[in-house]
Amino acid sequence: MQILIIILQIAVLLAVVLLHVAYTTYFERKIIGHMQVRMGPMRVGWHGLLQPIADGIKSFFKEDIIPEQADKPLFLAAPVICLVAMLASLAVLPFAEGWALADINIGLLFIFAMSSLASYGIILAGWASNSKYTFLGGLRSMAQVISYEIPMGLSLVGVMMLSGSLNLTEIVTAQGTSIFSIYLFPQIIGFFVFFIAMLAETNRVPFDLPEAETELVSGYITEYSGMRYAMFFMAEYIGMMVMASIGTVCFLGGWNGPFAIPFFPPFWFILKVYGFLFLFIWIRATLPRYRYDQLMALGWKLLIPLALLNIFLTGLFKILVH
Amino acid sequence: MFNQILFLYCAVVIIGTGLLAVRFKNPVYSVLSVLVLFFHMAGLYLLLNAEFLAAIQIIVYAGAILVLYLFVIFLVNLRQELTIERFIASRRFGTFASIGLGVCLLAVIPSFKLGAKGEYPVERIEQLTHTKAMGFELYSTYILPFEVAGLILLIAVIGGLVLARKNSEDVDNSGTDACEVKK
Repeated sequence: MQILIIILQIAVLLAVVLLHVAYTTYFERKIIGHMQVRMGPMRVGWHGLLQPIADGIKSFFKEDIIPEQADKPLFLAAPVICLVAMLASLAVLPFAEGWALADINIGLLFIFAMSSLASYGIILAGWASNSKYTFLGGLRSMAQVISYEIPMGLSLVGVMMLSGSLNLTEIVTAQGTSIFSIYLFPQIIGFFVFFIAMLAETNRVPFDLPEAETELVSGYITEYSGMRYAMFFMAEYIGMMVMASIGTVCFLGGWNGPFAIPFFPPFWFILKVYGFLFLFIWIRATLPRYRYDQLMALGWKLLIPLALLNIFLTGLFKILVH
Repeated sequence: MFNQILFLYCAVVIIGTGLLAVRFKNPVYSVLSVLVLFFHMAGLYLLLNAEFLAAIQIIVYAGAILVLYLFVIFLVNLRQELTIERFIASRRFGTFASIGLGVCLLAVIPSFKLGAKGEYPVERIEQLTHTKAMGFELYSTYILPFEVAGLILLIAVIGGLVLARKNSEDVDNSGTDACEVKK
């Protein structure tokens, strides 16, 4: 019985998240459209509201092309690895008090572990397609993810030190309910590093070198089509949501808001996550792409020292206060 | 009961993927089977209530070290395995030696004894959380070995830097102009 309930919860979570993913693409196209003084999708449904569903149906029924020279098992497995890793990290996110599927002690580390697993999907996709563009895209993504996982992990160490826990629910409760006690203020350096590393981890503009259209066609997903392409797409958007949720949980006080919303406790959480997503999209519409050596220099020479400084300052602060 | 089944599953997969890692002709497949192996190692750590170690196992080994292995394999572009000469020329003698080793390994199993119970029984760890328990121990009881390990790693990092520097100086001598332009 217990297992049935858990399975039901997982199914509901997946359905809700995938629906959100579908409409995040709509959200993105609409916002970028308006920022570029266009309308965005308008044809399918009222103001293009049914566009994501039409896109989903289209990619579902499209032919799944496998290149002849590809490494078939890995080519087929890569998008699944990517998507599964991203979906797994949803399990530990606390959407509201007690609204986490698995409230484990190492929630934050679990998410890091899963995001490093997702990078395998990208690397393998690049290699297994047996094409120069995908291979270069895969290599770039590999180097990028390794480089930016370090500042990302280090930037959250300050949060771990202040809250004294790796459990996401405890991190939220440690921040209290007031808007002035959220970790954004004491951890402003950490947040800065986290935000940049978050953009790089999710391969978003200005760090979308793994799929730079001008040089690499479409990067590691060049050879994919139909549903497998859509799986990479979904994984990318779920990755964005997971990273936005981590930002919300660790720096913006999670589900706590100015006042409690009856019947729907995750309201503030979702609002904050969408705030992050809007920032992602806004940046995409605004900034040009980084050059590769600039990307590496930024990660290793600026973000890592800054994150270490943040840890040092947080430690000093803790010693002085106690 | 559930724990035993889980342990058996992890153990079988670890041995199986370990063998596959050696047997695969394609080095990328070998690395991937080691990846699966690491995940099941993490499973074993979880069974021992060592959740922090499990997460670190995946983040460090699967997320960083194995990815670097993949990088190296990709860069030297080995699509198929190189055929290397046999370590022991005679097949019969090789079989004999490996069976002998296997028997030796099995023979020492009975001498395995559980260590004395420490001050961290399962209940205490559950209450304290594994991360904190390990932190306390590392920074109090085992501070000296911990620092020594840190020092050794630091030396390795410096050594790596020195080696990399040397190479880039060699390149500099031949193509100083290219470096000037870059700066």
